[in-house]
Amino acid sequence: MGGKTEPANGESNQTPMVAQVSMKPDLFNFSLKTLKLKVKQQELLIRVGILCLVYVLAFIIRLFSVLRYESMIHEFDPYFNYRTTVFLTEKGFYEFWNWFDSESWYPLGRIIGGTLYPGLMVTAALIYWVLRFLRFAVHIREVCVLTAPFFASNTTLVAYFFGKEIWGSGAGLVASALIAICPGYISRSVAGSYDNEGVAIFALLLTFYLFVKAVKTGSLAWALASAFAYFYMVSAWGGYVFIINLIPLYVMVLLITGRNSMRLYVAYNCMYILGMLLAMQIRFVGFQHVQSGEHMAAMFMFFLMQVVYFLDWVKHMLNDSKLFQAFLRITVTCAVGVGALALGVGMASGYISPWTGRFYSLLDPTYAKDHIPIIASVSEHQPTAWSSFMFDYHILLFLFPAGLYFCFKRLLDATIFIVMYGLTSMYFAGVMVRLILVATPAVCLISAIAVSATIRNLTSLIRTKNKAVHTGSSKGSTSAKASSKASLDQSMPFQRNGAIALLLGAFYLLSRYAIHCTWVTSEAYSSPSIVLSARGAHGGRVIFDDYREAYFWLQQNTPPDAKVMSWWDYGYQITAMGNRTVIVDNNTWNNTHIATVGRAMSSYEDEAYEIMRSLDVDYVLVVFGGVTGYSSDDINKFLWMVRIGGGVFPVIKEPDYLVNGEYRVDKGAAPKMLNCLMYKLSYYRFGELTTEYGKPPGLANSLSSFLEEDVWDVPANIFNCLVPASDAIAGVCPRDTLANIMYCFRYDRARGVEIGNKDVKLEHLEEAYTTTNWIVRIYKVKPPSLSALEPLVSNKTFAEADETASSYAKRLIVGPSIIGLMSGNRAAQ
Amino acid sequence: MQDSNKPYETKVIVGGGEKVQQWSVYLIAVVVYMAIVGSFPFNSFLSGVLSCVGTAVLAICLRIQVNKENKEFKDLPPERAFADFVLCNLVLHLVIMNFLG
Repeated sequence: MGGKTEPANGESNQTPMVAQVSMKPDLFNFSLKTLKLKVKQQELLIRVGILCLVYVLAFIIRLFSVLRYESMIHEFDPYFNYRTTVFLTEKGFYEFWNWFDSESWYPLGRIIGGTLYPGLMVTAALIYWVLRFLRFAVHIREVCVLTAPFFASNTTLVAYFFGKEIWGSGAGLVASALIAICPGYISRSVAGSYDNEGVAIFALLLTFYLFVKAVKTGSLAWALASAFAYFYMVSAWGGYVFIINLIPLYVMVLLITGRNSMRLYVAYNCMYILGMLLAMQIRFVGFQHVQSGEHMAAMFMFFLMQVVYFLDWVKHMLNDSKLFQAFLRITVTCAVGVGALALGVGMASGYISPWTGRFYSLLDPTYAKDHIPIIASVSEHQPTAWSSFMFDYHILLFLFPAGLYFCFKRLLDATIFIVMYGLTSMYFAGVMVRLILVATPAVCLISAIAVSATIRNLTSLIRTKNKAVHTGSSKGSTSAKASSKASLDQSMPFQRNGAIALLLGAFYLLSRYAIHCTWVTSEAYSSPSIVLSARGAHGGRVIFDDYREAYFWLQQNTPPDAKVMSWWDYGYQITAMGNRTVIVDNNTWNNTHIATVGRAMSSYEDEAYEIMRSLDVDYVLVVFGGVTGYSSDDINKFLWMVRIGGGVFPVIKEPDYLVNGEYRVDKGAAPKMLNCLMYKLSYYRFGELTTEYGKPPGLANSLSSFLEEDVWDVPANIFNCLVPASDAIAGVCPRDTLANIMYCFRYDRARGVEIGNKDVKLEHLEEAYTTTNWIVRIYKVKPPSLSALEPLVSNKTFAEADETASSYAKRLIVGPSIIGLMSGNRAAQ
Repeated sequence: MQDSNKPYETKVIVGGGEKVQQWSVYLIAVVVYMAIVGSFPFNSFLSGVLSCVGTAVLAICLRIQVNKENKEFKDLPPERAFADFVLCNLVLHLVIMNFLG
């Protein structure tokens, strides 16, 4: 932590040390003096040491989930990336580039080679091959899990160089330290989060750094390097559109403020042409750089630059101002006319496509909700709340405006760039939660400027007493300030104490930031989402591994060509772990197909059966959180299924599922809701759990009759499990505790209500598998001939319910919501 | 080494303006050809256009960097500028060849 204050006064650190060496013990005398290093070398050693520590810190802070659970891939999208990486390492690059996958989006298939961003997969595969070449026998999964932390460490290095470019090496060091632990970045780059953003932020910052360096030096080599970094960014993430719009905007601002220079011309032109050419090699991007509306700003800027510099050259050539004025007028009108004509023709004929929905909703946040429900349904696309900003940035929130102030005080080409990057990215971060990630590097850099400048000023105040030995300072302004402050010293005698107090305050703030970041990473951003955990009744951690249990059941117990229908969230995981064909998955490229699945889930069972037969569905998978209180289950997502289905098939109307505009699943729910396929599949056999604990079946439904009794006989083995031993008398149980326990059956914990339709009967599907905690439920679609015989088959379900219910009782002792029930509070219905 | 490089450099610098005109002519020819024959395959058309534009722009950049009147570039040795130019052209043409299809 003290390292943060060191670099600001690194250059002149040694002379006070020399003065004090006689006072310090001999140990200190031994360390630096005997190494006989010059001042510059000592400073370099400190800087390299700090950078190494920050590099390691950025890596290890992202390892919480690997240490707590295991080394596995998190969430949904990373499973697709993992599957494609495995394919790449097994089959080679040519097969990968031309891959057509028939295991997803049945019966359409998906051209994977042409519809993905290959940067991440190729990077991981390269690392894997290099490690294999060096004879490290790693599994590709380990490489995938640790790719994001590795690139986060690299980002801190780039941030150091960028900060050095903008302000100074002190700011660079602070920036690298801030970005190493900033939660906004950690959220998408923990170990296991094998997603495009992990690599893309590194590429983004690298591109910006190289471009700023190119503008500063005017060298073609730096511009070429930035073009390559841009190519890497394009191959990694769709957010490259931000770069290709920010850089022309920056060039425009420089032109307007009169900072146009030859270096800018060289840098931008080289980067644009080469970058565009390289970017078009990615199949997914294709010709968008010349055909899509989102990329037109860059092309417009290119032509504008040619015109402006041409005019400049002509003005330089003719030294006659009147002739030049005439020429200027003609050229400008011609250029504007031709440009407007070309743009108009392009847009009107549809050749230049307008902004796509995903990016248009950034400019107009209300657009997606009205027109494209799929985009509006993703939770990451919602506008950001203030709490998210505070959660992800902490003190950087108020250091950001302070840094802007310092940037404006010293305006160079580089600081103009970082100001623009910061402001535009903060606007977009306010529109969509996911884009906090893009704003994080800018916020860290600008905050670093504030920290570095403040600390530099404060330490120069403190050292005015040592003005005589203040020799080695390379910044002339510091010594000038020191001398001016020395003269002020007489009028404000407590300046030095005030400066020390402020330094301690800054130190305290930065340490609180570090504590906050570590806590946030540990609590909020390290959960794998595929493995759930909760605290049991006795405080121990309980793991729910139901997802993987269900997927491996699918892999082992279904025919290899079975087709699974589920909501699109789970598609990637089913294909990657269950290795079965799915109907829709997270790529969401075909809205009609998803709407078909949504329609099937929201129809009555007969209509849904017709749709499922038409899609050759063999198994249906739903996620149900009513038993464990897991709130991201399909019933909570159900309204989005209705909206998306209703967007394409008008027969599905959202008001049919609501009661007075309210979404309910209890007795008062809408009849269509109580009988739709999703409801039936989620609550099938849920109401039968009550009949297994020695109570007559009829009484289970009426709480009042057993509340009349004072005590109940409960079988001892079950009773000892359910009630803490301390307040139990063997065999007997207080009335209210048992009433609570009985009430919890049929009580949907995720919604907090008792369900409406308890007696669910299925005629076209049968239950294939339900996981231990009932989180994932798999149903088999019956072939047409058997479903007619269903009413004749006796209720075999009670025998099976016996087994699942007793295992359920064992789970109940550590079920997460039992704590609330044990203490006697009953949730309102 | 300086002397053997010099005549070539001077030729590029002096002939820079004419070269740019030449490439503009090529560019117009490519566009006219596309208008006649149709733009399929589009990638070949784009690579033709962009190679003309790219080499013209790079030549202009080189001229700017080597021109003694530009004070911004006074500490950039001409050999370095020429080397950068060659490198960028190399990359440009490699990508064009890949893109031609």
